[in-house]
Amino acid sequence: MINDFIDVYKNRHDYAKDWKKKNPDSKVVGYMCSYFPEELFYAAGMLPVRILGSHEPQNVTEPYIFGMYCPFSRDVLAQGLQGHYDYLDAVSTAYPCMHLGQAFDSWTLHVTQKKFYVDMPNRVQTPYAVPFLTGRLEETKQEIEEWIGREITDSDLKEAINVYNENRALLREIYEMRKADDVPLTGTECMYITTASLFMDKKDANKLLKETIENELKGRKAKTADDTRLMVLGSENDDIKFLNMVEEFSAVIVTDDHCTGSRYFWNPVEEQDDPIQAIAQRYIDRPLCPQRDYPERKRLPYLLDMARDWNVAGIIALQQKFCDPHELDKVALLDWFKENDIPTIYLELDVTVPIGQFKIRVEALLERLREDELW
Amino acid sequence: MVEKKYKTAPLKSWDKAKEIRLNIYKEIAEAKSKGKVLLGGGAESLIALPTGFDYAMLVGEPYGAAISYLAKSDPDEYMKYVEASEHAGYPRDLCAYMRNYIGSILRDKYVFGGPFPKIDFYLQAGFCDTHSKWYQAVSDITGRPYFSLDLVPFDWEIEGESEKTKDLKRKYIVDQIHEAIAWMEKQTGREFNDETFIQGVLNECESTSLWAKVCIANRAIPAPLDEKTMLSLYVLAVIGRPRNDVVEFYRELLDEVEDRVANQIAANPYETARIITDSQPPWFALDLFRLLETYGVVSVGAHYTFGLSGGWEYDEENKTWEAGKTPQEKGVEVKTRDEAANVLADWWLRTGTVCRGVRHSGAGKIQRIMDMVDRWKVDGAIVHLNRGCEGTSLGQMDIVSSLLERGLPTMTYEGNHADPREYDENRTFARIESFMETMGLKQLYEFKKGE
Ligand code: SF4
Ligand code: SF4
Repeated sequence: MINDFIDVYKNRHDYAKDWKKKNPDSKVVGYMCSYFPEELFYAAGMLPVRILGSHEPQNVTEPYIFGMYCPFSRDVLAQGLQGHYDYLDAVSTAYPCMHLGQAFDSWTLHVTQKKFYVDMPNRVQTPYAVPFLTGRLEETKQEIEEWIGREITDSDLKEAINVYNENRALLREIYEMRKADDVPLTGTECMYITTASLFMDKKDANKLLKETIENELKGRKAKTADDTRLMVLGSENDDIKFLNMVEEFSAVIVTDDHCTGSRYFWNPVEEQDDPIQAIAQRYIDRPLCPQRDYPERKRLPYLLDMARDWNVAGIIALQQKFCDPHELDKVALLDWFKENDIPTIYLELDVTVPIGQFKIRVEALLERLREDELW
Repeated sequence: MVEKKYKTAPLKSWDKAKEIRLNIYKEIAEAKSKGKVLLGGGAESLIALPTGFDYAMLVGEPYGAAISYLAKSDPDEYMKYVEASEHAGYPRDLCAYMRNYIGSILRDKYVFGGPFPKIDFYLQAGFCDTHSKWYQAVSDITGRPYFSLDLVPFDWEIEGESEKTKDLKRKYIVDQIHEAIAWMEKQTGREFNDETFIQGVLNECESTSLWAKVCIANRAIPAPLDEKTMLSLYVLAVIGRPRNDVVEFYRELLDEVEDRVANQIAANPYETARIITDSQPPWFALDLFRLLETYGVVSVGAHYTFGLSGGWEYDEENKTWEAGKTPQEKGVEVKTRDEAANVLADWWLRTGTVCRGVRHSGAGKIQRIMDMVDRWKVDGAIVHLNRGCEGTSLGQMDIVSSLLERGLPTMTYEGNHADPREYDENRTFARIESFMETMGLKQLYEFKKGE
């Protein structure tokens, strides 16, 4: 079961191609940012799949994207240029950040022409963000309808919302299980599960999640109370090698704040008469990416609550090199956890992780945490 | 000595531009003692917003650039600014304007003399990711309140955005303008004056439209202005476009530039080739334009130089951009705050080209660059791969490929608009010199540094 997720994670393209074979009249739409309102596309019978990088060195993006853009955005574009996503019928995004926006623009010029673009507001704290996004989603819905040649009804939308909400509830259940002293799954395993869900038909994912919870996770002890509890947070992260390395040191990652992790699924769509508005509200209310956390800093207290609820001893903040949204919060974030006495280290990710260097930093953090425990 | 092809003459408006710029910075320094509201914020959009108060505004981007000028005259002093922000933990690859600005606050040093001004509040209208967060960081440091409007630009016209989307974007901004006004009234305890706001909005439209007309005059051969001069002239619109004296200045400048066109008065008396550049220049190293001059090359502008202070309206029929028609030119009467808010939002969304280029690169931005190549009769392009600004460097590599595909000689150099540590003058000059050779150009006279 966890292995099934690992299999999808590793063979994500085969999964999508198989899905297409099984659903020959349906379309697959790739998306680049977790603010993308997948429910609309799922309601139209499509499979939305997140486009992620491969963590392999590449030399194909240089003519298309300037080297100061974050390695993740370059890795994402590389996937398109290398033809790994050649089964996509459309590429799409909600406004992510300038870096991923650059990857999207280049992708639409050189890889997939059919595109959907949602102007996701940045200032989600204004009361005008919901009506604006609702309006934009109504238009996106119309664009999809024109493309597929049929109407998306309210009941299609409600059905999609239910499937997505169930997925969110199941993933959340797994995160809740990680509050236990003896954690039933490692952070690495959990990352496989959440990240694989980004590529899956949510009905398939839900079935597999239920089986995994019932038949594999209940009563399982992957780590014990002796392992040091950590939280990881930051920009996109599905760096399995890194997580593995951390957990080899008698440590366990018990929660995260990444857009490929908890930020993706944390809050459900709350029911409202107008399903489009309900979807808009959900994306406005979701856990914040730093890029959208202003003028008030709401993200920091949210992260602190999470760290306390999951009883973490220390934090590893991970940021893709050159990632402005996260760098813009770096000072505030480090000050915040210092003030709140949670030891935190801050590391910069590249396409490939310098495991040796990071090992030293992680070891130092863990030593410090264990010394703290002694006192 | 090579014979001059065209006559040249100093620009009469030059001294006036300098005087207004100095006045603006002086007004900032004196604002508090004169009982004015003093605010800080971004330069790139909606700066008419606080004109409902008796106010002065320190706009961040040109201020960050002004700090970088020090790198030329006093490099050690410059380093103290960047080091202050780096020691405080702000990463070195963030927007260089922002880092310089933060360094200035942390050192409590106003680059024009004295301590950093005591700002009442920060107001930002943001379309670049840094815009949204810059003054939040500043607010963390200073404890001063901060408001940021979210500006979602129109897409490029080529993308065929629907009228409904445009209406939504307009409304989103208008709603936030009202929200911002109420917020500012609360912060200052002062009443917002609708009459001065309406005038500020009309001025913002007129200044930017006039600047676009000045840029259009530069289509002439010989070009009446070179980009280095334009960069000194456009800055008034960047820092003071809602002001009466700035509008007046641009009216006079346009007359003068049109007169230069009529009389074939050139920026470069040898004009043999015309180029465009891309992104902000390295502000502390504008000598590179003088090196180009020695080859008879005139840079006639840039998407950035034209667009940051310019209001450009798309001409659907001819697939090109012309100076935006102001509400005054269209006979639109603006009588209320809400009407002014609508005019401001509409103007900014319809005629702002830099903002849409920061959000959307792709085919639209390429079309805009190609339009400049055609209409400004350009022979080559120099693209500054600007490590200090993700906003204006968006789409640059695709622009370079498109220019090359079109057969236009194009060179790139890496640098940073406001952090000299990322700019290598010797290497850049060597690249320019070999680029000149590939364009078949000979140096007409010797380049002497610092003259
Ligand atoms: S890692 Fe940062 S810069 Fe890169 S795409 Fe994500 S948020 Fe944007
Ligand atoms: S557009 Fe560039 S220079 Fe302006 S704030 Fe954004 S990153 Fe800085």
